[in-house]
Amino acid sequence: MRFDDPLFWRAGAVSTILVMLCVLAMLTVDSLAAIHQGGSHVPPYTVVNRHIDYVFDAGRGIDAPVIGGAQPLFGKVLDEQAAAAMMAKGKLVIQSRACMDCHTFYGNGAYYGPDLTKAWLDPDWEAWQSITGASTREDAMAMFLMDPEKYATWTRKMPNMHLSLDEAHAVVAYLKWTSAVDTNGFPPNFGHVHTDH
Amino acid sequence: MYRSQKLAVKYLAAAITLFGVMVIAGLMSAYYYINPDFLFGILHFNIAKILHIDTLVIWLLMGFMGAIYWFLPEEMGREPVGIWLAEILFYVFCAAVAIVAVVFIVVQYGSSNEIALWFINQGRKYVEAPRWAALGVVAVMGVFGYNVIGTVVATRRLTGIMAVLMIDLIPLVALYLDAFPAVTNMSEDLFWWWWLVHLWVEATWEVLIGCIMAFTLMQLLGTSRRIVETWLYIEVALVLGTGILGLGHHYFWIGTPNYWLGIGGFFSALEPLPLLGMVVHAVYDAGTHHMKTANRPALYWMMAEAFGNFLGGGVWGFMITLPQINLYAHGTQWTVSHGHFAFWGAYACGVISVAYLIVQKVRGMEQVGGALWRWSFAALNLGLIGMVGALLVAGMTQSFVERATGGSTLQAFIAGQQDPWFVSGMMLRFLFGLVFAAGYGFLVYDLLTLGRRRGVVTAATVSP
Repeated sequence: MRFDDPLFWRAGAVSTILVMLCVLAMLTVDSLAAIHQGGSHVPPYTVVNRHIDYVFDAGRGIDAPVIGGAQPLFGKVLDEQAAAAMMAKGKLVIQSRACMDCHTFYGNGAYYGPDLTKAWLDPDWEAWQSITGASTREDAMAMFLMDPEKYATWTRKMPNMHLSLDEAHAVVAYLKWTSAVDTNGFPPNFGHVHTDH
Repeated sequence: MYRSQKLAVKYLAAAITLFGVMVIAGLMSAYYYINPDFLFGILHFNIAKILHIDTLVIWLLMGFMGAIYWFLPEEMGREPVGIWLAEILFYVFCAAVAIVAVVFIVVQYGSSNEIALWFINQGRKYVEAPRWAALGVVAVMGVFGYNVIGTVVATRRLTGIMAVLMIDLIPLVALYLDAFPAVTNMSEDLFWWWWLVHLWVEATWEVLIGCIMAFTLMQLLGTSRRIVETWLYIEVALVLGTGILGLGHHYFWIGTPNYWLGIGGFFSALEPLPLLGMVVHAVYDAGTHHMKTANRPALYWMMAEAFGNFLGGGVWGFMITLPQINLYAHGTQWTVSHGHFAFWGAYACGVISVAYLIVQKVRGMEQVGGALWRWSFAALNLGLIGMVGALLVAGMTQSFVERATGGSTLQAFIAGQQDPWFVSGMMLRFLFGLVFAAGYGFLVYDLLTLGRRRGVVTAATVSP
C-alpha cells in the first residue's frame, strides 16, 4: 500500500478514531463514578451540613477541600432527600436566571462576574455580615442575592434577579456544596493572598 | 440551478444576517465592560452575551448547511432526497430563531422550574435556547442528515468526501441531544456539556468544514479529487486522533480525576498538527495554481480560514492548554481571545469563502474581483486580530493579578478588572470591534451588489 493512496489514509483514520473512542469510553466510565455525588472527587449533597475549608495539601502540591465537623446551613441539618431537593432547586435557579452567562463555575461560563467555584469560602463574606447586619455567612449571602442593588459591590453591579427566599437559600446551599468539590486545585491560592490594589 | 442550491442561497443569506446580529450583540457585550450602567435594569450583560454566542452557533450552522446544500446535488448529480421537507424546515428554523431571540430580549428569565427551561431559557452556555427550540434544531439537523444520506443511498454512489460527511452527521445530530438535560450535579452537567461543545466544535465541525473546503478547493482551484480526499482522510485522522482525547483539557478543574491533566494536556498539545496540515494543504494547492483563480475573494477567505484555524485554534489554544498554564488562564479573557480567533479562523472565514463562491455561480460571473472585498477582508481581519490582541492583554492581566498574585477571591477579581492594562484592553477590544463591524458592512454590501456594479466583473484572469 502506498502513502499517496487515499485508501491507506482512510484505513488510518478509521482505526485511529476507533481506538480513541474506546479509550474515551473507558475513561468516561471511570470519571462518572468519581464525579457522582458521594464519589471520590465530589462530596454528597449532605456535605452542606459540615464545615468546609480549602487548604494547601503538601502531598498533592495543590489546594484541596477539607471537610470538617458539623456546621448546619441556616440552622438546619438536611437529610439526604432534603439536601438533594435543595441542590436541585439551586441548580434550577442558576439555569433559569442564566447565572453562567455572567459568572463561571469551575472556570466555565462567562467572565463578567467573579468565578463562583469557591464563593462560599470567600473571605469577603465576613465584611458582608456587618454590611447586611446578618448574623451568619449564609444569611448575608441570601440577603445579598435577594437584593444585590442595595448592597452594590463596585461599579459593575449585580442586577436583581428577583430571587425568593427559598431560591436564595437554595443557591447558597449549592455554592456551599460546590466549594467542597475537589477541583484539582482550581482556583489556585484561593483566599491565601491578598492584593494591594 | 437545483432546488437544493436555491435553498443553499437562502441558508447563506440567513447566516450572513445572523452574523450581523452576532456583531451587534458582541459590540453590546464589549460595551458593558466600559460602561457597566449601560441598559442596567433593562437588558443585562448576560442576555447580550447569550445573543452573541447563540447567533454565533446558529449562523455558522446555517452557513455549513447552505454550503452542503449547494455542493450536494453537484456531487451526486441529482436533487437531494426529501428536499421539499428541507425547504419547509428552513422557514420553521428561521421563525424559531426569531421567536427565541424575542423571548430572550423581552421575557429574559423565568422561575426556577422546568417550564422556564422548556419555554424561556435553559441557562447553559451556548445552548441557552429553550428546549422546544432545541428540539427544532434536532429536527432540522435530522432532515439535513436524511437529505444527505438518503441521496447517497438513492444514487448508489459513494465518494470519499460524502462518506466522511455521512459519518460525521451522525455524531453531529446525536451530540446535540445533550442540549436538553438539567443535571443537578454541576460536575456531571459540565462533563456531558463538554461532549456537546468540544466534540461539536473541535471534532465534528472541524470534519464538516474539512468536507466543505474539499468541495471548495475542487471548484475554486480545480484540485484533483484524489488529492483532496487524501488530505481529508489525513485531517480526519489527525483531528479526531488528537481531538477526541483532547476533550480532556476541559476536564482539568470540573471535579474529574487528575489523570485528565496528563491526558488532556498531551493530546491538546497535538491538536495544532491537523490545523498545520490544513495550512500546508491550502498553500500547496494555491501555490501550484500560482494563486490564479476566477474568484479571488473566495480564495483569499479560504487561505484566511487555513491560517486563522492554525493560529486561532492551534497556536492560541496551545498557549493555554497545558494544565500548569491553564490553572491561571482558564476562565479569563485569555480564553475569550482564543475563542474569538478560533471560531473566526476555523469556521467563519470558510463560510464567507463559500458565500463568495455561491454568489459567483448564482449571478453567472466569469470573474469575481473589485476593490470592496479587499476593504471587507482587511477590516474584518484587522478588527478581529485587534480584538484578539486586546483580549489577550486583558486576559494575561487577569491571570497575573487575579489568579497568581490575588488568590482568585472577589477582591482579587475586582483588582484584576480595575487594573489599567485590563481596562485598556477592554476599551481597545471595543474599538477594534467597531472596525470589525465596518468590515461586516462592506461584506454585506459587496455580496449584495457583486455583479451589479461597474468594475467588479472583469474579462481578464485575475493576476497574482
